[in-house]
Amino acid sequence: MFEIYVIASLLLMVNILVGLARVLKGPTAADRMLAAEMFATSAVVILLLLATVSGEESLVDVALVFALLSAVTVVTFVSRFWIAGDSGKDRRAGGDS
Amino acid sequence: MSLVEWLGLLMVLFGLPFFFLGTVGLLRFPDVYTRLHALAKGDNVGLGLVCLGLGLQSGSLAMTLKLLLIWILMLIASATGVGLIARTALSRGVRPWGL
Amino acid sequence: MDALVPLFDALLGALLLWLAWQSIFAADLFRAVVSFMIFGLLMALAWVRLEAPDIALAEAAIGAGVTGALLLSALGRLPRERYAEAAQHILSHSYWLLFWAPVVLLAWFLWSLEAAPPSPPGLGEMVAIHQPAAGVDNPVTAVLLAFRALDTLLEIGVLLLGSLAIWSLGPSPWSTGPAMPSPALPAMARALFPAFVLVSVYLLWRGSHAPGGAFPAGAVMGAGGVLMLLAGARPWLTGGEQGPWRWLLTLGLGTMLVVASVTQFAGYVFFQYPSDWSGRLITLLELAAGLSIALLLFALYLGGQPPVRWRDRGWQ
Repeated sequence: MFEIYVIASLLLMVNILVGLARVLKGPTAADRMLAAEMFATSAVVILLLLATVSGEESLVDVALVFALLSAVTVVTFVSRFWIAGDSGKDRRAGGDS
Repeated sequence: MSLVEWLGLLMVLFGLPFFFLGTVGLLRFPDVYTRLHALAKGDNVGLGLVCLGLGLQSGSLAMTLKLLLIWILMLIASATGVGLIARTALSRGVRPWGL
Repeated sequence: MDALVPLFDALLGALLLWLAWQSIFAADLFRAVVSFMIFGLLMALAWVRLEAPDIALAEAAIGAGVTGALLLSALGRLPRERYAEAAQHILSHSYWLLFWAPVVLLAWFLWSLEAAPPSPPGLGEMVAIHQPAAGVDNPVTAVLLAFRALDTLLEIGVLLLGSLAIWSLGPSPWSTGPAMPSPALPAMARALFPAFVLVSVYLLWRGSHAPGGAFPAGAVMGAGGVLMLLAGARPWLTGGEQGPWRWLLTLGLGTMLVVASVTQFAGYVFFQYPSDWSGRLITLLELAAGLSIALLLFALYLGGQPPVRWRDRGWQ
């Protein structure tokens, strides 16, 4: 059964690798941020699977911390960097496609 | 393996494809709104199934509750976060696809 | 199965190298920051694979979470026109050093791998022998707050110096009030903040017998404060001379210094705990350090000295 989980974590890692294409291509900052959020979810699942395989319960705590802090990153993104009403900036930077 | 553990394994296996579907959406969909839609739904269903499945297998109530807490936190964070990104994109003039 | 685990590790390592490259050389600074955040995420996984869950926890809390938010917020203050300029500046000046230093390091590492003994001598055995004297069950906590407490003291000192440096740059550029006109943001912050407090206390408590401790606990608590600030809450932390805040910011460093000096005057060596008191003193230091790490990270995030009175920003 644990073999299946090792295969699953490998597949999720490949999932992250493929998703990096969106970080490279963009085109808007939101697309890149979204890809990073997706990686956080994938990393949480990898951690949970590894925790089950290795029996190391503290890995679940690491996943818990990831889950909490991903919220702070998104909120910082929309309220400090990619701010509402700041229109025109994206188009100039080759933004909305 | 007991029946509950088999059920847990089945749920984990059922949850994994949602991540791959979410990534396909992230790569193939035409604009930021549709990508948000694909990722937020797919990943959170997948995470929920994995958390429930692993919780069933762990056989301890504390661990199951902790896994459920992770899922609920992710649901709150992702649902609101995605809404905030979409709202910001709209107000910055990122045009939805086809409009 | 046997081939899969090395494959996982190889993929993880390759992704880490590529992301490190991206976070230094990406022409778009925002892409560099996103690469850095993903790097932190995967670095935590790498620490897990190296069987170091304590470092994975610290990396998850500080590397992936808090640093990413700090960098994003710093980037938001940089005028957009100066993005490319800044990136160009970095590239033209340090390109060769940044390119060749890792190459040389990697070559040296590969070369020394050949000569290295199969299992390098570590201090693990010594820690295991002396751990009962420290009065805590977690060997990492024993090292951080008993055997090498001086290092932890200096780390907290560096954090304090960092926030002092940032405060001296000028007043904080942020005002309170919701950072964006959406009712979802305050609702989310209110729903999540209790979880931040709960997890933070849990990590602090767990530090005595399992991976956890003051640094991850403080980082989670500080991040919760940042979330509330962004959702429009008025921070307690003010820059005035009055109030307990300056004391609380220095609480971690101060408590450690007091404990170290008192033990010295009581006839022990600097930072040597009386063996009956060791466990209790470590708990006290964890509490003090965790509290002031949370406040210090929050103070770093403000990007300048907070005002004596926070003013509100109204959205039209």
